[in-house]
Amino acid sequence: MPAPNSYLQTLEAESIHILREAAANFRKPVILYSIGKDSSVLLHLALKAFFPAKPPFALLHVDTMWKFHEMIAFRDRRMSELGLELLVHVNRDGVSRGIGPISHGGTVHTDVMKTEGLKQALDLHGFDAAIGGARRDEETSRAKERIFSFRNAAHRWDPRHQRPELWRLYNGRIHAGESIRVFPLSNWTEIDVWTYIQQEDIPVVPLYFAAERLVVERNGMLIKVDDDRLPLRPGEVPQPRLVRFRTLGCYPLTGAIESQAANLSEIIAELEGAHTSERQGRAIDHDQGGSMELKKREGYF
Amino acid sequence: MAPPPSGPGAKDMLRLITCGSVDNGKSTLIGRLLFDARQVPGDHLEALARDSRRYGTVGEEPDLALLVDGLQAEREQGITIDVAYRFFSTPRRRFIVADTPGHAQYTRNMVTGASTADLAIVIVDARTGLLTQTLRHSTIVSLMGVRHVVLAVNKMDLVDYSEQRFTEIAAAYSLLAKRLDFAAVTNIPTSALRGDNVIAPGTAMPWYRGPTLLDHLESVEVDRGGTQPFRLAVQWVNRSGADFRGYAGTVLGGSICAGDEIVAQPSGAASRIARIVTQDGDLAEAGAGQAVTLTLADAVDVARGDVFASPDRPPHVADQFACHLVWMHDAPMLPGPTCCSLVPRR
Repeated sequence: MPAPNSYLQTLEAESIHILREAAANFRKPVILYSIGKDSSVLLHLALKAFFPAKPPFALLHVDTMWKFHEMIAFRDRRMSELGLELLVHVNRDGVSRGIGPISHGGTVHTDVMKTEGLKQALDLHGFDAAIGGARRDEETSRAKERIFSFRNAAHRWDPRHQRPELWRLYNGRIHAGESIRVFPLSNWTEIDVWTYIQQEDIPVVPLYFAAERLVVERNGMLIKVDDDRLPLRPGEVPQPRLVRFRTLGCYPLTGAIESQAANLSEIIAELEGAHTSERQGRAIDHDQGGSMELKKREGYF
Repeated sequence: MAPPPSGPGAKDMLRLITCGSVDNGKSTLIGRLLFDARQVPGDHLEALARDSRRYGTVGEEPDLALLVDGLQAEREQGITIDVAYRFFSTPRRRFIVADTPGHAQYTRNMVTGASTADLAIVIVDARTGLLTQTLRHSTIVSLMGVRHVVLAVNKMDLVDYSEQRFTEIAAAYSLLAKRLDFAAVTNIPTSALRGDNVIAPGTAMPWYRGPTLLDHLESVEVDRGGTQPFRLAVQWVNRSGADFRGYAGTVLGGSICAGDEIVAQPSGAASRIARIVTQDGDLAEAGAGQAVTLTLADAVDVARGDVFASPDRPPHVADQFACHLVWMHDAPMLPGPTCCSLVPRR
């Protein structure tokens, strides 16, 4: 029997417990699969929680059309390896309006293609619980959120009136139209996620590992030139740099970090000495103080 | 899951809560722990400096309380409305800290934070001593099942680091704690603002020879249910194919081995554990805190919410019970009609 006291085992067991509560409490729960490392861990835990059966959850990816190409390739490969079916939702209204991060800026793009897209998909399929890989260590408003987090019929979060949540009892009571966001990884930190990925040998998108990539430097961020939709400014020449990504999102909004960490051990060693937080490279977090809270209140995951 | 031979995964975890009245310095104490343990990333420090200029209450210094108060309303009003969870790690332990509101109107959020804690830090202002909130929070912490308490007599810098004042408050709290269900109370004089006895001992209180707060948090031993009789509440009945019927749940207390006799409550049906199933292979034994799937040797009627227990020490089954209630709703409780519901529901 494994050592009962290791904290990764404690975290794993807690997450499995939460996933089972989500399955038992809701009529139509869905896992929001966003392709990143946290989603990879979440999916791995869901497979464990219901073994030998398959997880009783739908899987949904809200595609903003601006994800890194390697993310989409990884997504399709993983789903076929695991024999799972993935729903992919795109905000067609946003596409027809030509919304994008370059033409409209990160805030509008994220609001329309991600937040609105998510709400459309939840309404379209009638999902009453959306399970995501967000963690409390990512940002201060996330640090406040319950594990079962209530959303009203307009998908809004009211951080000033959250429900009590005692011991391992999670309140899944909702009326028609309301929903719950479920966060099984609430108590994990970034380094826990990587340590667990290493321990369990969980596949992740190669963009997390350092490699020479063509980037341009803009507003202090290293942006990977992922396709020909990124217009180069006068005099701007993409340079090969040894970089990796700590988080993955829409490529024009996601900054790379200079790094030599080319495998899991090196990533963990790098994080142990890290002096910046994980979401530093995410442009949309820094529009204004408390901006994640504002987005979350509007329905952002 | 394969046991990690060593490294960060092998550490254990301690969950703690800080509580006490408003303005006793709870958020500052946690901010100090994170700051001195060098667990605050550089970009968060920059945001802290920016926010301190806007909302801060300590002049030119960074206002460490702003590291934990995350909601806009909290920063604007300088209060804590809801529990915030913070994470830090030392070479010896991994910590989850619940920072909870001190205002009476947000006490129900404090209850949420207390319910998952192994240990409570009760913070008292050395100038004012014990307050109504000290008693209220200590009572709630005890009711929620927290057995380990640290009494942090804070703001010692404002009482000239007086040993006598510390001893008085510790003695008063000891009287109060006698009526509560604590296994141990550890008294520590601190100044969260100056950092005395939080991580480093400091030089201001040579008369204090006990551990610093972090020393104590790193070394305290807490019971996680391993010595209790076996209990597992069934969360989910796992049917995979025609032949497999497993009962998924978390071991709440004690341990269980394949082959052990169990009784399912409330029906009282008896059976034997056939397998302890996980994706990483069957286990011979599972202990408190592990999430497993059990199969039984006999076909018995078991549903979500039923409890598996050791047959020699089963839980009592009753339709009446007496208890203390923490009432969380704004409207008062009315005696009479049934108002409870049991979780988990079938």
